[in-house]
Amino acid sequence: MIVMLRMLMEELATGASAEEMASALFEKIKKSRLNAYNILSEDSALERAREFDRSPWTGLMAGVPIAIKNSISTRGIETNCSSRILSGYIPPYDATVIERLKEEGAIIVGKTNMDEFAMGTSTETSRFGPTRNPWDTDRVPGGSSGGSAAAVAAGEAPCALGSDTGGSIRCPASFCGIVGLKPTYGLVSRYGLVSYANSLEQIGPLTLSVEDAALVMEVIAGHDSRDSTSVKSDVAYLSGLDDGVEGLVCGVPKEYFGEGVDPSVEKAVWDAISKLEELGASVKEVSLPSTKYALAAYYIIAMSEASSNLARFDGLRYGLRFGADQDWHTTFSDIRAAGFGPEVKRRILLGTYALSAGYYGRYYLKALKVRTLIKQDFERALAAGGADVLVTPTMPFPAFKIGERIEDPLSLYMADVFTVPINLAGVPAISVPCGFADGLPIGLQIIGRHFDEKTVFAAAKAYEDATSYHGAVPREVV
Amino acid sequence: MAEKDVIIGLEVHVQLNKLNSKLFCGCSTGYHDAPPNTHTCPVCLGLPGTLPVVNRRAVEYAIRVALALSCEIQGETLFYRKNYYYPDLPKAFQITQYDFPLGLGGAILIRGEDGEEKKIRITRVHMEEDPGRLVHAGTIDRAKYSMVDYNRCGMALLEVVTEPDLRSPKEARSFLDKLRNILEYLDVFDGNLEGAMRIDSNISLAGGERAEVKNISSHKGVEKALAYEITRQRSARRRGVAQVQETRHYDELRGITVTIRTKEEAHDYRYFPEPDLVPMRIADWVPKVKAELPELPDSKRGRFVADYGIADDHAKSLTSEIRVANFYEDVAKRSSPRLAAVWIADVLKGELNYRDATIDSFSPDHMVEILSMLERGEITEKGAVEVIRTLLDTGGDPAGVVEAKGLAKAEDDAVKVAVRAAVEECAQAVADYRSGNEKAINFIVGMVMKKTRGRADPGEANRLVKEALDET
Repeated sequence: MIVMLRMLMEELATGASAEEMASALFEKIKKSRLNAYNILSEDSALERAREFDRSPWTGLMAGVPIAIKNSISTRGIETNCSSRILSGYIPPYDATVIERLKEEGAIIVGKTNMDEFAMGTSTETSRFGPTRNPWDTDRVPGGSSGGSAAAVAAGEAPCALGSDTGGSIRCPASFCGIVGLKPTYGLVSRYGLVSYANSLEQIGPLTLSVEDAALVMEVIAGHDSRDSTSVKSDVAYLSGLDDGVEGLVCGVPKEYFGEGVDPSVEKAVWDAISKLEELGASVKEVSLPSTKYALAAYYIIAMSEASSNLARFDGLRYGLRFGADQDWHTTFSDIRAAGFGPEVKRRILLGTYALSAGYYGRYYLKALKVRTLIKQDFERALAAGGADVLVTPTMPFPAFKIGERIEDPLSLYMADVFTVPINLAGVPAISVPCGFADGLPIGLQIIGRHFDEKTVFAAAKAYEDATSYHGAVPREVV
Repeated sequence: MAEKDVIIGLEVHVQLNKLNSKLFCGCSTGYHDAPPNTHTCPVCLGLPGTLPVVNRRAVEYAIRVALALSCEIQGETLFYRKNYYYPDLPKAFQITQYDFPLGLGGAILIRGEDGEEKKIRITRVHMEEDPGRLVHAGTIDRAKYSMVDYNRCGMALLEVVTEPDLRSPKEARSFLDKLRNILEYLDVFDGNLEGAMRIDSNISLAGGERAEVKNISSHKGVEKALAYEITRQRSARRRGVAQVQETRHYDELRGITVTIRTKEEAHDYRYFPEPDLVPMRIADWVPKVKAELPELPDSKRGRFVADYGIADDHAKSLTSEIRVANFYEDVAKRSSPRLAAVWIADVLKGELNYRDATIDSFSPDHMVEILSMLERGEITEKGAVEVIRTLLDTGGDPAGVVEAKGLAKAEDDAVKVAVRAAVEECAQAVADYRSGNEKAINFIVGMVMKKTRGRADPGEANRLVKEALDET
């Protein structure tokens, strides 16, 4: 039985035991074959739950268990980005989002599996092995927040946090048939999120319903003085949820359909567009002409930033350390050689190359220019008098088989074609379930204007209320 | 000595150590007497997930310095990442202004080798974070292991880069002294703290490649290292060995420089804009910072000459350190400004220098008291010097020292008695004087001084002896 957050909190408020609820959850996780979690914080979670039962506190998420992606720092709980190089690293501080969750009474269940350092689209690059998709355990859950998505889809957590650098929340939400939001860049503090590509990524919620996503956003969003890129914004998302789509203009970018898109996905998305029309929205075709350059620009920027971000992992202060130390260069080289997986190494090398003297202008600077063009595409399409939101497929195809693409990085990179432009532009986008292809969930992506999560939520909620996909329960639920 | 073919340019790293917190985090800057790694936090340790936030006060201080060095303040500034691996750099990159320095194109006036004022051009002034500190077990080239102290890591640094306008080690030192003076005037810097200023010197002989001597923390050390380099490069040239572009380390103990790396091994720092920080429009800050800018050495010097009627040389000496200038003004307001200038610039500074002491070790109240005793004729100049020395060496107060050492000027009566006795005893000198040898009077005055054990004022004694001789 899958429970939405509001129902869960009502139960807690009317006397259900938080401890029993948490124990049941841990039981379920331990029996699971999905490999959604890397680390369980069972003792501290049960302790918190007992405290709650003794003297219940209030708060937007009072007593609610939540799963956290393994790249978000949690004080006292190992945070290793599913990488060997950070094994044993226990942060001495909480990420801002964790502080806010705790302030609102949430209980942390554990850290979820992910592609190593969020570099992947399938959660297969994790040093802990792949997470399985609860709809078909031979398939990937998507990535990089695959553990968070699988946990929520399978009822191993009522909600989760992920991070989205190029689709890492929306892709697994789409593959696992749940809701995932990539907020506007600057809306949620990144303080405490282990950086992959700073200028692109945001922390966001993975939930079973749009309302749940809005609730989690009310808790985690808002300005943080510890993140210079964070912005002051109104975060009262729950209040406008039922505004509907009457009079809303839905733009359909023509570049997001056609070649490379699985026909069943294309059909499901067109059905969703018709549904929105039925609900009172109007639909118009728009064009995002720079889309074809997005993948190249995205990977250059992300890898460049990553090559710098990941340089600090040298084993000197925390994380992997082995054998007797030799001289400085040998020691840290050996640690990095053993500590990073092949995909991470690939991206560090490519990023280092792109930033090198003589190549910087040809790659990094050019990518930044493309980024500006892509941002302009979205601003034009979403300008006043144009569309209010854009509607596209989240992923070009449903979940693929474990092992099917991992040996072919380029084909994996291609899978991000509809998600990365959103990160380059910094706009918000949600993925909501919009159908099935051979039993595998399909995701609908709704993109909004900068800091206009409210309209995105309202459109997604209206669609969700008018369909039943989000209530479907996968096979692999213990 | 200035040699025409010597070309020196400096890169000076100045710690803005009067700030309360570091450049990108809230850690205290007061680590100088603290145990290692006690002034750190997740941000300055670069723990995964942490983000920098610019200390606005640090930027204001930096603008203050750039303005004082007559730089043009840029409209917008941006931080970059300079990527390299080193154990003292916990993020493996240093956040630094790179393409967007805060200030461009300034200058400092120094007194050149020829004694004339000389303009040393400042190329740029930019901000960056200080790395941690490595403590080697032994010397840098032989240490078995090293330890890292991150207390310093993340301190706000200002890098001041000169054009290659310096022509001798002495000029380099004058530049550094003047820069330090300006920084202390601006109240952004305390040069007495360990590691407050670190200097990289680029030196070449005309037509040759340059050597960069890195990371020297004393002005004297820079002067010595540069002198060594000139000798080394000259002798290499004589032997026909070409200087290659290289980085060298100054070994203070051995007084020599040793090569660390050559150009072929130079780093590619892969600079790119720091994505965790946003551009700052600093142009808008300038008016406020300008309004708060304190008086600088050169204008203070002019004002001292105009307001107190003192000699320019004295004014220059008094303004060469903000603490001395403040000491002087304090004393000048309570006594004769000209007398104060002479006694502070010529006497007190010399005595301090001899003892390697600072002006803080002398009380302005004591100076006022000494000057007033002098003016009232209660002590002689020689006595005043003795009082100053005694106060510096053993402490106490001026009146007490005068009392204890019997430095009070002899009463007139006693001098007169001595004069009469001297005139009687020195019959030969008296005769000589009367027969036209005026110099003979000196012998008699000397006798008076001897009889009064030096407490008589020599001028006064001279006058009295003359009177006595003319009377009889």
